[in-house]
Amino acid sequence: MNRIACWVGSLFLLVVFSVTSAMAAAEEFPVSPPPMTEGMFPCSNCHAGMEVNRKKRVLKDEHVDIVLHHAESMRWCLDCHDAKDRDKLRLFNGELVKFTESYRLCGECHGNVFRDWKAGLHGKRTGYFSGGKRTYLLCAHCHDPHDPKFKPLKPEPPPYPPTDNRNGR
Amino acid sequence: MADKRYTRRQFIRNLSLAAAAGVSLPLFSSCTKEEKEDFLQKHFKEMTTEEKKNVIAKLEARYLQKYGKKFQISTQEAVSGTLWGYGLDLSRCIGCRRCVYACAKENNNSRRHPQLHWIRVLRLKKGSLIDLENSEHYYNPPVVPEKEYLYLPVQCQQCENPACIKVCPVHATWKEPDGLVVVDYNWCIGCRYCIAACPYKGRVFNWADPTLSPDEVNTSVHYLGNRPRMKSSVEKCTYCVQRVRTGRYPACVEACPTGTRKFGNLLDPNSEIRYIIERKRVFRLKEDLNTEPKFYYFFEA
Amino acid sequence: MDSCRDVLKETWHFYRKTLSLVFSGGKAYYLWCIFLLCIMITGFLFYLKQHDVGLIGTNMTDQVSWGLYIANFTYLVGMAAAAVLLVIPAYIYQFKPIKEIVVLGELFAASSIVMAILFVMVDLGRLDRVWHMIPFIGSMNFPQSLLAWDVLVLNGYLFLNVLIPVYLLVTFYYRKTPNWKFILPFILLSIPTAVGIHTVTAFLYNGLAARPFWNASILAPRFLASALCSGPAIMIIIFQVIRKVSVIEIEDKALFKIAELIAYAMFLNLFLLAAEFFKEYYSNTVHIAPFKYLFEGLHGHTQLVPWIWTALTMNVTAFILFLIPSTRKRLSTLNLGCVFIIIGVWIEKGPGFVIPGFVPDPLGEIYVYMPNLLELMVSFGIWATGLLIFTLFMKVALPIEAGVFSHTEYQKETAPPPRH
Repeated sequence: MNRIACWVGSLFLLVVFSVTSAMAAAEEFPVSPPPMTEGMFPCSNCHAGMEVNRKKRVLKDEHVDIVLHHAESMRWCLDCHDAKDRDKLRLFNGELVKFTESYRLCGECHGNVFRDWKAGLHGKRTGYFSGGKRTYLLCAHCHDPHDPKFKPLKPEPPPYPPTDNRNGR
Repeated sequence: MADKRYTRRQFIRNLSLAAAAGVSLPLFSSCTKEEKEDFLQKHFKEMTTEEKKNVIAKLEARYLQKYGKKFQISTQEAVSGTLWGYGLDLSRCIGCRRCVYACAKENNNSRRHPQLHWIRVLRLKKGSLIDLENSEHYYNPPVVPEKEYLYLPVQCQQCENPACIKVCPVHATWKEPDGLVVVDYNWCIGCRYCIAACPYKGRVFNWADPTLSPDEVNTSVHYLGNRPRMKSSVEKCTYCVQRVRTGRYPACVEACPTGTRKFGNLLDPNSEIRYIIERKRVFRLKEDLNTEPKFYYFFEA
Repeated sequence: MDSCRDVLKETWHFYRKTLSLVFSGGKAYYLWCIFLLCIMITGFLFYLKQHDVGLIGTNMTDQVSWGLYIANFTYLVGMAAAAVLLVIPAYIYQFKPIKEIVVLGELFAASSIVMAILFVMVDLGRLDRVWHMIPFIGSMNFPQSLLAWDVLVLNGYLFLNVLIPVYLLVTFYYRKTPNWKFILPFILLSIPTAVGIHTVTAFLYNGLAARPFWNASILAPRFLASALCSGPAIMIIIFQVIRKVSVIEIEDKALFKIAELIAYAMFLNLFLLAAEFFKEYYSNTVHIAPFKYLFEGLHGHTQLVPWIWTALTMNVTAFILFLIPSTRKRLSTLNLGCVFIIIGVWIEKGPGFVIPGFVPDPLGEIYVYMPNLLELMVSFGIWATGLLIFTLFMKVALPIEAGVFSHTEYQKETAPPPRH
């Protein structure tokens, strides 16, 4: 009797956990395509035959234009990019996600923002908020994952002051 | 006795009317063709569907002649169950003014002589937040954001309790069922009482004929929103009535590069604006004036 | 049938007579009228330019959206309300020296209201749409909009101030006694209406929560007090002119009484100003900014400061001149005081009231507004119009009052020769 209860209980818990984790994993958002540099993807074109060097270092041969300014004292390239399959990103627990789901990776550290982004609050929204096509922008569309801080912009010109007779008034 | 007095007064009246006619002749002849056509046009809210169609046809013909483009003029009414609210994340605004010019472009604002902007971005010093007297409207640094400053964009706050519609002497401006405060540009007499009454400087005035060149026009317009206006009419932000009633975001929301601007239906519990009000710390400008604006400012960080 | 024809003939002759009255006069009269006509035509031409190019031809902007026109409007409504200052002693206290001249005061109020209405009309962006304000034909926002109230009470007051003098003058013309049962209610009604027009105009500004300079309960009492200074002051001067150009006798006693009443009104005006000063400077909130702009200068902008201090000096000096009986009863100082009050109250209630309401604007911006040539010319044109209307009124009213122009005189002329 006790054994059956044990088995049933564990089976039940297994079902619950897998369903919820499946739900979490399956939550899809209508995102725009990731902003990849031209010709870069799929990465496995080059990396499939390469040796994996897990040593944390500054890259000298390729990808020299990417300078990591994103928690660079604590992590480096292969903490986010999967070492074996460069076409995927890697979560904390080793799970691999596609580039179109990169928000799951960002959301692991930036949980508050991820929660807001899921509600459609964080970031930029365009198109229709109801009755039409709504598009989410990926984190990477606004924040360069290697150097996420926004660069200052040149502002548009100020309005003409009210005393400007030629143009403004 | 009474008869004599009455006819005498009638004569005086007639003479002064004749004098007035003599003075008004040059005045009337200086009225433009458009002004003559629109002279007897009724108030938008009192028009029947048939009359609205006629007015739209007249305007389409006029815009085709003036700008050489075919306009789509909508008179779409408010969608039931909607009350539009706006959110603005002050921690993210960098003062780049992309919203100001996107708005002017979308809404067919006069570009110069006069230059009419519906959004005004204020630069405030960090440390005393809404010290409007020491705000700077005309900042023009090489890049934004500047270090010790915050940026506060202000536009019509679409108040629930607006001061402007109270004071308009001819009901030219009113609040629609979906909460938008709109203006019938053909009914406005140009007295500018509403501009004096608005605590947020949301309304601006066409001091001259708007300068709008044909290659700058936006042809999808709403009668109460962004159709090309005329001299001496008041105008203001309408939360892009031509867009939101079809479910699209306003132009400023789409233009903002940092995702500062949020928009939604206050009556929809799943909307972004409700999310903001429930989870973030929102405030509104000049709340002590009891105008109940539907424009919520908040801070993320 | 006969009586109908008679009435028409009668009226036509009366009219021709008034026209001949208006067109006959001394050199001074002609010069004065032509001078006014020139200014009127210039003003009108400038207004046509404004009508053509739009209000951008003025110096008004989104920041300061009301300027010289509305400043003059406010002042003139006050002037018009002041005719009541004569009506109260004349009819309620039966003060005889004033009773004889109250008709002239009412005609002045009518001219003043015409000027005020003209100033609003030139300020409107779309004059062709003014029919939108007519109740039932357009869509007047009554009772919410104070401008709608203002349109109604101003026109009502104008009607009263045309009806009463015309009625009284016409009965004088016929050498009959006026039917007091008919006209006295209108006269008494004009007293609360006079208070009403200026209260409504004050409320027009008072109700705007967006403008802290105006959003003060003290506004309506201050308006009334300053109105009761400026209107009678110009009346004192006008009465002296009338005394000179016609046979009407106006006793000095009447003038001195009016000056005494002005003194009390000015005291109230100054006291209310002091109350405002205290409130702003002691509480010292951010709303002191418009006050500072007016009296001290704000962020280096001091354009209005010399104006307001001049006005204040003039007002205080006039107050003292009118308070002291010896200076009040001497015509030279009396007239000096009157001129001071006319100019001082104009500055204080016109530009010194309207412009600081807009500085700083609701978003803290300061735009320094000074009227440009177009606004000045149009304003002069309207003042000239009002003065001309008043002159023409006087040209007809004075002979009637003096008994020179009356029905018996006319009958003597047109009566058929006696039959043998």
